[in-house]
Amino acid sequence: MKIAIASGKGGTGKTTLSTNLASLIAQTEKVVLADLDVEEPNSGLFLKTDLLHSEDKFKMIPEWNDSACTLCGNCQEVCNYHAVIQIMDSIMVFPELCHSCYACSELCPTDSLPMVPKKIGELKHSSTGDFDFIESRLVIGEEQAVPLIKQTLQYVDQNFDNDYIKFFDSPPGTSCPVIEATKDADFIILITEPTPFGLNDVILAIETMQELKKGFGVVINRYGIGNDDIIDYCNENSIPILAKIPNKREIAETYSKGELLFDKFPEVKTELAKIATYILALKTQLA
Amino acid sequence: MKEIVVISGKGGTGKTSITASFAVLGGQDVVVADCDVDAADMHLLLQPEPIKTEDFYSGELAVINQDICTQCGKCFDVCRFDAITVTDSIHDVDELSCEGCGYCARVCPVEAITNIPLNVGKWHISKIKTGSTMVHAKLGIGADNSGKLVAKVKNEAKLIAEKEGKDYVIVDGSPGVGCPVVSSLTGASFVVLVTEPSISGLHDLKRVYELVAKFKLKAGCIINKADINTKVNLQIKEFLEEEGIVHIADLPYDENFTKAMTKGQTIVEYSDGYLKRTIIESWKIILQTI
Repeated sequence: MKIAIASGKGGTGKTTLSTNLASLIAQTEKVVLADLDVEEPNSGLFLKTDLLHSEDKFKMIPEWNDSACTLCGNCQEVCNYHAVIQIMDSIMVFPELCHSCYACSELCPTDSLPMVPKKIGELKHSSTGDFDFIESRLVIGEEQAVPLIKQTLQYVDQNFDNDYIKFFDSPPGTSCPVIEATKDADFIILITEPTPFGLNDVILAIETMQELKKGFGVVINRYGIGNDDIIDYCNENSIPILAKIPNKREIAETYSKGELLFDKFPEVKTELAKIATYILALKTQLA
Repeated sequence: MKEIVVISGKGGTGKTSITASFAVLGGQDVVVADCDVDAADMHLLLQPEPIKTEDFYSGELAVINQDICTQCGKCFDVCRFDAITVTDSIHDVDELSCEGCGYCARVCPVEAITNIPLNVGKWHISKIKTGSTMVHAKLGIGADNSGKLVAKVKNEAKLIAEKEGKDYVIVDGSPGVGCPVVSSLTGASFVVLVTEPSISGLHDLKRVYELVAKFKLKAGCIINKADINTKVNLQIKEFLEEEGIVHIADLPYDENFTKAMTKGQTIVEYSDGYLKRTIIESWKIILQTI
């Protein structure tokens, strides 16, 4: 079963929830956690792990080979991303604009644009002893997170069967990287905070999940600050609130040190246990 | 005209609350651009009233005309995005997977595929409560290309600033290090990094600064919730020192941020205490530095 942990707004507790929930559920279930926030992966900071395997990840881009090129201009014409441009008597490729569609390469009459790999990130597979942890990180300067997220999901699919509960710590926002990270999940946990920003952004995330026709529930983090608008919103729209994690300065301090919360704060553990119960019931239902 | 871009790497560090405060302090001298088009929040503090709203088109989507399609499967063969679905030999396009490369349309032997321009969201020019102008946008659900919408919002803000003779454009960026962030950094005069002293905050600050350094941009840093972890706070300051980043200010962990937000106000309108004074001081430092 695949569970994605997402939020519209950044900094609402996706990573905190992912690492703590994975650690708690791993006490009884087979668990793998994948950090799909490849632009700023943080889950690994909260886990003590041993590295099992690492590999570079690539995207394919065209590389101009001038020997047979007749400068017919076809490549430039077929590229919808302006990633291949003819300047005077040479062809320039702009890798950061390329989406690896292969059109320029395969439609070139002289095979002058063979596709070559370009490193976009690194995937690490490690173990905490209790569960497997996969992290991918985008090379700084690479702009597209989606290809790396896609390849990370493929790695998880190939290495872990359906007995596993697979958690995906997703990127913030509602655009393409989030869609990629959540579109294959069986259930989405949206974590937010009870503030006007939190409410505004979780509504965007909810609309996104409705568009994707996904089942989802809401977790309220830092419960106690702000107001109760999010609770009213969920009640009015029949959206399940899975848990309310209390607001406490000591929790923020423990988080800041990179430590897990559930062993230290029984009130957090109680709330995580509610989510765990929900997920396990869902798993039985799906099976 | 100078362009001040506020980013953070990590989300939730207080970037938007701080940027909106600067927008209020800058008053008539600034044009505001909310470039976090993915999860825009600044409107909740600045209450923009739209003067002009436009649709934004970017990229394309393949559409198959089923009356013409012979189900030959060529589109399916060439698509690298698994965007062609085949159900009972009906070939169709999965809109969320299609990246609009147009390859399928080029190889379709019967010209059954057309590419239609994609409406990815709306952008607005608005008057905010300071009497100044704000450019902001809303990306459509699951839409691609936030980098291009970001560029649009920023460029419109710059045009307005130039036309109206404003001194500053202040930009609220998005979290991360990907296309929207790259897009918001392009052309910046000064970058304000907002971080917090947590190991995630420091980790993300370092990554996003690597990007800022690639662009050779001058930067300063505000450490928010500065007192939650003194050890990491010191590590951040060491990092700033090493990299020659201006340390603008330490702001305390203060729930007044949230209280102000709940009232639809920036912190400089809401409170009169230390926090407000420090943000006013920060704005002065930024203006002196650029």
